[in-house]
Amino acid sequence: MIIAIASGKGGTGKTTIACNLAAGLEKPVTLLDCDVEQPNAHLFLQPRWTGSELFHLDVPEIDAERCSLCGACQELCQFNAIAILPEIAMTFPELCHSCRGCALVCQEEAIGWSKRLVGEVRWGCRGMVSLVEGRLRVGEAMAPPLIEQVRKHQGLEGELTLIDAPPGTSCPVVASLWGADFALLVTEPTPFGLNDLELAVGAVRKLGLPMGLVINRCDIGDRRVHRFAEQQGIPILLEMPFDKKTAEAYARGSLLVEVLPQWKEAMVQLYEKILETLRSWKAAC
Amino acid sequence: MKELVVISGKGGTGKTSLVAAFAALARKVVLCDADVDAADLHLVVRPELLERHPFAAGHEAVIDSDKCTQCGLCLDWCRFGAINEHFRVEPLLCEGCGVCAHLCPAGAVDFPEKTCGEWFVSRTPYGPMVHARLGIAEENSGKLVSLVRTEARRLAEEEGVERLLTDGPPGVGCPVIASIGNADAVLVVSEPTQSGRHDMERVLELTRHFKVPAAVCINKADLHRAQADRIAEAAVSSGARFVGHIPFDPLVTRAQVDGRSLVDYGETQVMREIERIWEAVCGFAFDGP
Repeated sequence: MIIAIASGKGGTGKTTIACNLAAGLEKPVTLLDCDVEQPNAHLFLQPRWTGSELFHLDVPEIDAERCSLCGACQELCQFNAIAILPEIAMTFPELCHSCRGCALVCQEEAIGWSKRLVGEVRWGCRGMVSLVEGRLRVGEAMAPPLIEQVRKHQGLEGELTLIDAPPGTSCPVVASLWGADFALLVTEPTPFGLNDLELAVGAVRKLGLPMGLVINRCDIGDRRVHRFAEQQGIPILLEMPFDKKTAEAYARGSLLVEVLPQWKEAMVQLYEKILETLRSWKAAC
Repeated sequence: MKELVVISGKGGTGKTSLVAAFAALARKVVLCDADVDAADLHLVVRPELLERHPFAAGHEAVIDSDKCTQCGLCLDWCRFGAINEHFRVEPLLCEGCGVCAHLCPAGAVDFPEKTCGEWFVSRTPYGPMVHARLGIAEENSGKLVSLVRTEARRLAEEEGVERLLTDGPPGVGCPVIASIGNADAVLVVSEPTQSGRHDMERVLELTRHFKVPAAVCINKADLHRAQADRIAEAAVSSGARFVGHIPFDPLVTRAQVDGRSLVDYGETQVMREIERIWEAVCGFAFDGP
């Protein structure tokens, strides 16, 4: 089973919930850190790293000897990654989406491939938690292909996989949530939290996933998030009040389930409620 | 005209609240919300909508089932797994590369331009604002970021406003790269946590990569003073200018709930610190207060 933890707004506690859920269940869990722009799960899990791989995308390299400067590849490329000038064909590898269309239309077989480094995937473990992290190279724009690479490391069928998704609602979020069984949305009861939650709910609905809500720092702000959840029929699975001890432990990078007993209890209950929500969703289908 | 972009690396550190407070201190300013994926600035600067435009970008493949011979070539070509076994294109997975549309031997694939969102021009009590809303689960956020920044720049030049204040997105990927390219300076808002520090270091690596001068401030600094000190040190050794601490104050959330800027609550310690940071940032980004 794959549970994706997402939020719309950043800084609401996605990574906190993902790491503590993973570590609090006392069973084998694979946690995929798909927030590849800012992967933070390792700061809390402090895993023993056991392996890594660099991830590249294929980008075209034009053989000037063979190229007839016909312009077919430039015409096909939707991303302006190829420019045919009067005497030379130029490529812009950082704009390439690796669709390989240029090679398909080239009559002269002038297109070969070189590689652009997108980032790194590394994996390790702490107790029964296996962590797999994607880390986008700083300066690289395209997160989705790296997220897809991280997703390939998900746990076996029947095992639990958690996904720590990036904030927002655009393509990296879709790449993180696609094919998940459940979306756990983490928000805070503020106008920014609500606005971004509405967007995240829209994205989850587009993907057709069942979902539940965690309201973090549930005693700050107002009650509009609660009302929205009720109107939309989204179950609130957990509410955590603002707590100075929690904030301090988080600031230090501690795993909350290891230092604060209420978190351990909360994570076990949260998991049960997720399973319950999934069961009733499946029954309703 | 000069542009300051407020970013953070980590989400939820207080970028938007700080931009709203700066807006009130700036007197004459153009505002730009470049966090098009989850735009929030409009919730606290009371905008009055003046213009609304569709944002068209990229194309999307659509298979005409009457023309499709189900030959399967497009399934082999598509690198994005966007075509299913029933020869339907899954819009959420389509990258808009056009390979299927260009090469289908039966000419069965249409490739219409798509509308990925909207952008707006509004009037606020602090000055005009350009903002946007990317369609849910859409692509091309980087292009939309570039568009709102270009429009905001144009507006500032037209109206003779010297300062452009841009609220940026979290992360270090495509929308952030689009937010800081050609900016005159960035301000990174960090927080005194392990994640805050890790994410600040990555985003400062990005500002160095694109050679944009960076300043750093720490929000909610008193929640963990030792961590805040380490972050200030890390910022300076990454080549950024450190411009100050902002204390934790529930008033910041209160202002958000009320849909107002922090300056509306009179003389407070949190606002005094923000004013001090604003003055330092003005010296850094705009040649003086």
